[in-house]
Amino acid sequence: MSEPLHALSATELSRRLATGAITSRALVESLLARAKAHTVLGAFNSLDAEDVLRQADAADRRRAEGKSLGPLDGIPVGIKDNIAVREQPLTCSSKMLAGFISPYDSTVAERLKAAGAILYGRLNMDEFAMGSSTETSATGPARNPWDTERTPGGSSGGSAASVAAGLVPLALGSDTGGSIRQPASHCGLVGLKPTYGMVSRYGLVAFASSLDQIGPFARNVDDCELLFHALAAPDARDMTCFTAAERKSVHLPKDRKPRLGVPRALLEGVDAGVRAAFDAALEFYRAAGCELVDVALPTAGLAVPTYYVVATAEASSNLGRYDGVRYGHRAQGALNPVDMMERSRSEGFGAEVKRRILLGTFVLSAGYADAYYGKALLARTRIRDEYLLALQQVDALVTPTVPSTAFRLGEKAADPLKMYLEDLFTIPANLAGLPALSFPVGMANDLPVGIHLVGAPQAESILFALARQFEGSHALANRIAL
Amino acid sequence: MSTDASGWEVVIGLEVHVQLHTRAKVFASAPWGFGAEPNAQVDPTVLGLPGTLPVVNRAALEQSIRFGLAIGAEIPAMCAWDRKNYFYPDNPKNYQLTQKDYPVVMGGTVEVEMPGPSRNVMGEHRTIRVHHAHLEEDVGKLSHAAGGSLVDYNRAGVPLLEIVTEPDLRSSVEAEAFLKALIALITQAGVADCDMEKGQLRCDANVSLRRPGAPLGTRSETKNLNSISGVRAAIEFEVVRQARELEAGRAIVQETRGWNAEAGRGYVLRDKEDAHDYRYFPDPDIPSVAISRDTVERIRKDLPERPFERQRRYMDALSLPYTAASVLVNDLALSQWYETAASAYPANPVGIANLVTNDLLRELAASAGKDPLTGEPSAALSLKDCRIKPAALAALVRLTDEGGISKQQAKEVFAEMFKTGLEPAAIVDAKGLRQNSNSDELEAVVREVIEDPAVAKSIAEYRAGNAKAINALKGPIMKRTGGKANPAMIDEILRKLLG
Repeated sequence: MSEPLHALSATELSRRLATGAITSRALVESLLARAKAHTVLGAFNSLDAEDVLRQADAADRRRAEGKSLGPLDGIPVGIKDNIAVREQPLTCSSKMLAGFISPYDSTVAERLKAAGAILYGRLNMDEFAMGSSTETSATGPARNPWDTERTPGGSSGGSAASVAAGLVPLALGSDTGGSIRQPASHCGLVGLKPTYGMVSRYGLVAFASSLDQIGPFARNVDDCELLFHALAAPDARDMTCFTAAERKSVHLPKDRKPRLGVPRALLEGVDAGVRAAFDAALEFYRAAGCELVDVALPTAGLAVPTYYVVATAEASSNLGRYDGVRYGHRAQGALNPVDMMERSRSEGFGAEVKRRILLGTFVLSAGYADAYYGKALLARTRIRDEYLLALQQVDALVTPTVPSTAFRLGEKAADPLKMYLEDLFTIPANLAGLPALSFPVGMANDLPVGIHLVGAPQAESILFALARQFEGSHALANRIAL
Repeated sequence: MSTDASGWEVVIGLEVHVQLHTRAKVFASAPWGFGAEPNAQVDPTVLGLPGTLPVVNRAALEQSIRFGLAIGAEIPAMCAWDRKNYFYPDNPKNYQLTQKDYPVVMGGTVEVEMPGPSRNVMGEHRTIRVHHAHLEEDVGKLSHAAGGSLVDYNRAGVPLLEIVTEPDLRSSVEAEAFLKALIALITQAGVADCDMEKGQLRCDANVSLRRPGAPLGTRSETKNLNSISGVRAAIEFEVVRQARELEAGRAIVQETRGWNAEAGRGYVLRDKEDAHDYRYFPDPDIPSVAISRDTVERIRKDLPERPFERQRRYMDALSLPYTAASVLVNDLALSQWYETAASAYPANPVGIANLVTNDLLRELAASAGKDPLTGEPSAALSLKDCRIKPAALAALVRLTDEGGISKQQAKEVFAEMFKTGLEPAAIVDAKGLRQNSNSDELEAVVREVIEDPAVAKSIAEYRAGNAKAINALKGPIMKRTGGKANPAMIDEILRKLLG
């Protein structure tokens, strides 16, 4: 009981709330004080103290009346600033949406509200989720609580920083090419990108619609799974979300050893410290009775270029709506409506967003679409087929989450290609629509190292089970970085 | 093969945009309809707010399938949507969801009746091929006011079926006939209302000229024509313009044109160099939608008879004259009304058709201004409000046919029925109109009249061979019977008595 509230896991907090040992108000007050003390992290774009206290009081009242809504009732969940919550800002860390207040709830916000969770602040991110370091944020970068000179990763850097620093026990991120798993790895957290279609995208500001998924951040596997189950449900407002009939549960087979596939050919270029932690983790699984299987994923090497064609193509269209006509930044002094749209976009978007819109516009242009977008779709299909084939032979594919540990702020900001390689291991799961989990397996140079499991469609339970097995034998869960 | 005076063959293809009859918009649950306050029919999805997603409205999809079945098209097993990207303030997402590669309707034909030599003579029937029809979303409306521009998104997201014909039309007159046939087909199938004054049907016309037998010429596309007369005029303008260009030895430039209806002139919107690059790609938010054969068959069963099928049935099976059949063909409700009446008295479908297409329609049209019963001001009565019921009209024809009343009396009874909605028998009784067909009574009257010296001269003329002289006796007979004598029987009795 001597542990401070901010250091407790969501599951532990839930237990204590249930017994009446603590109140949601006390929890939120302690977290608000902690957030105030650590503004240097740049984790929040906004945090309305009055609003979160009101939500905490409502949760306490429900519990007092015996009407608790379940394990998340009264538990704060930080929300990435690209997920709509009614009457809260929705800025995507962009000047384009500065001051924009969402008039509607995303499906995940609705579900969390129905579960009694406290929707806790708006978390910093790369502008429109485009980046791997949270440095493209118009509100300034988020910082890694393990070393504030370094990036927490991105694009969900605010989500990772806030959970790792104990500013909030749980957070939502979104993952288009690694935006949950890479920051989870850099901050020593458990982060899941669900199977494409498990969690509704309604209310998630689209970056690349065929790749985006909302997912949970937590400091341990149980917490991550708890939040995942609160999110994953059918939704008639998202046609790409699985219906009830399409959902199934996939578990590890009981009649044989778990099989982990290791794509060794992809591991060249991984930093020594990361490689050592990864190899130690493999050794743990082997010793624990798993079968390690070498697998070949010959097209996986094309994943990064494929991704930067598909994702930018979709983004160039998705971001078309930001034109200053109906909402968002509007340029002053325009000559006519079309001029106003052009100027608003020029002023409202940052450099990385513009780079990707231009790239995406180019790859879809007449005369180039077949060579770029068309080819990328073919490569994507091939990558997915190879992953699905491999996952018929193994229960999960395992690699490091990121080739290296968290880099210094500014280190890669001027070199987009180097930045794009941060997502080397994470991108294929988005292209193939597969579930993928990053969890901490050790440290290198005093920085967290994560490994990455990719499963068959809807095999989230397998990923959680494997991660839980490691977590139970290592003291890496529930660490607070600061 | 039809050519104009200077020997050019005109080749026309139309792209017809029809707002489908649905309650909600095509990818959102916001309602739509004419006459709402600006920006009242919107929701987060219609406005393209960040994070919103489209969901296909099944009703709009089924209306599209309905249209496809009405034109005998193929309904594919699946359809899909693409994004057409272009920036304009009336386009909330700056892309339009449309169907480029997998439309909901493939092929099909529309039967068209070309104008006949006169109104009473049926024109040639031709078949115009439809290439495909795709389901897309309408855009909002931008207007420019002093001090700025205004945009209304009520129209944004309204389900729009774009029907693309093959280049099968050969003149503006044919284009007009096609549009009329298409509108009759669509409205009668319940697919859309096609009210052009409300912008529910808009048309783009692709026009080119060639010498007969030559390959297709370069075409121009005149966009956004919102009346049938506009379509005609724009095509005629384009034919004259292109003929003048070609005859001056200049090539036709492939271009997109606008139409100024007030000035009656077309103008260049953009040429090929300025053509938009729409950067089409499959919409990742809408997975391709499977169309089950059960759905197709359910809709097919529910389709009404096509207008020209009905025309043929009326003319062939019921022997209706072309004029009556052609009036009925353009109005499904009137046809249904007619058929209810005709089935109540199957002995005389032509007599009923004549009453319906002449007297009934005339009275309905004349009812504009004031209610025939109350005298209150009113719009023209619709068939729905008409006080005469089909069975009562059938009873009137039967009464006339069976000699209960004369044709002249029938007109009077009809007028009273229209006014009051009473049954014909009740009116005949109340007015004492029932025709006297009692031969003994009538013969007694005829004998009295024949005895009258005033008619002796006429009788003599009749007997001398002037058949018409007999008519002079009928007036006094009618007078004595209060106009109720059955004219056919009087005639018969007179001939018998006068030998």
